[in-house]
Amino acid sequence: MEHFNYLFAAYSIIFIVIFAYIVFIWRRQARMEIEIRAMEERLKQLKAEVPSAEAKSAAQK
Amino acid sequence: MMKNKATAVLGWATLIMMLTAIYMVFEWVPTEEDQGIVQRIFYFHVPCAWVAFAAFGLVAIAGVFYLWLKEQLFDDLGYAAAEIGMVFCTLVLITGSLWAKPIWGVWWTWDSRLTTTFILWLLYGGYLMLRAMADDTPEVARFGAVIGIVAALDVPVVILSVRLWRTIHPAVLVTRAGEHGLEDPRMVITLLVAIAAFTALFAWLLMLRLSQLRTRSRLLIIRRDAALIEAAAQEYAGNY
Repeated sequence: MEHFNYLFAAYSIIFIVIFAYIVFIWRRQARMEIEIRAMEERLKQLKAEVPSAEAKSAAQK
Repeated sequence: MMKNKATAVLGWATLIMMLTAIYMVFEWVPTEEDQGIVQRIFYFHVPCAWVAFAAFGLVAIAGVFYLWLKEQLFDDLGYAAAEIGMVFCTLVLITGSLWAKPIWGVWWTWDSRLTTTFILWLLYGGYLMLRAMADDTPEVARFGAVIGIVAALDVPVVILSVRLWRTIHPAVLVTRAGEHGLEDPRMVITLLVAIAAFTALFAWLLMLRLSQLRTRSRLLIIRRDAALIEAAAQEYAGNY
C-alpha cells in the first residue's frame, strides 16, 4: 500500500471539487430564483400602482 | 432546478456510472507492477483531461457558431463549457501533480505536456475573468468567442506535445512504438468506463449550467422591466 496517501488525496480532491461545483451551481440557481420571485412580486405591485395613479389623475380632472 | 426530466435521468445515470467506475478502479482492475497502487490515479486523471479538452473544443465550436449566427444560445453554451472545462483542467493539474510526486520525485516539472496544459488553464482563466468582470453585451460575447476559439488552439498542442518534444510524461493511449501501454484488458475497460462516466457528468453539468444561464437571462429581463415600470410609476407620482 505504498503511496496510498497520494491516491487517497487525488480521489478526495476530485470528488470534493466536483461536489463543491455542483453545490455552487445549485446555490446560485436558488438565489436567482428567489430574486426572480421577489422581482415578479415587485413588478405586480408597480403595475398596480401605475393604473391607480392614472385613475387618481382622471378623478382629479 | 431538476424539473427537467432529461436532466434528472442523466443525473442518476451519471451517478450509477460513476459508482461503477469507482468500484472498478478500487476493486476490479489489477495493480500496475512498476508504479503500484498510485497508478490508479490514471483512471480518473485521463477522463478529467478528456472532459477538459472536450469542453474547450465545445467553447471553440460554440464561438464559431456565435460569430456566425449571433444566437445567445451559443454564447451561453461557450460560457458554460469554458467554466466546466476549467474545473476539470484544474483537476488534471492537481491529480497529475499528486501522481508525479511519488513517481518522478517532484510535484511539478516544466515538461512540455505539463507546461502546455498550464498555458491552457491560464488562457481559459483569462476568458472566464473577462466574462465575470465585463457586462453582458454583444461586444463582450463576441470578444469572448474569439478568445475561446484562439485558446482552443492549445488543445491539439497539449495532445501532440508528447510526440513533438522530449518529455517524461507518458503517451497514455498509444506509445511511440504504437502500443497502448495498458498490459491488461481490464485496465482498458476500466479506463473506458471512467471516460463514459465523466462524459455523462460533463453533459449533466452542462445542462445544469445552461439552465442557470437561461434563468439569469430571465432575471436580467425582469430587472430591466422593473426599472422601466418603477421609473414610470415615479413619473406618475411626480406629475399627480
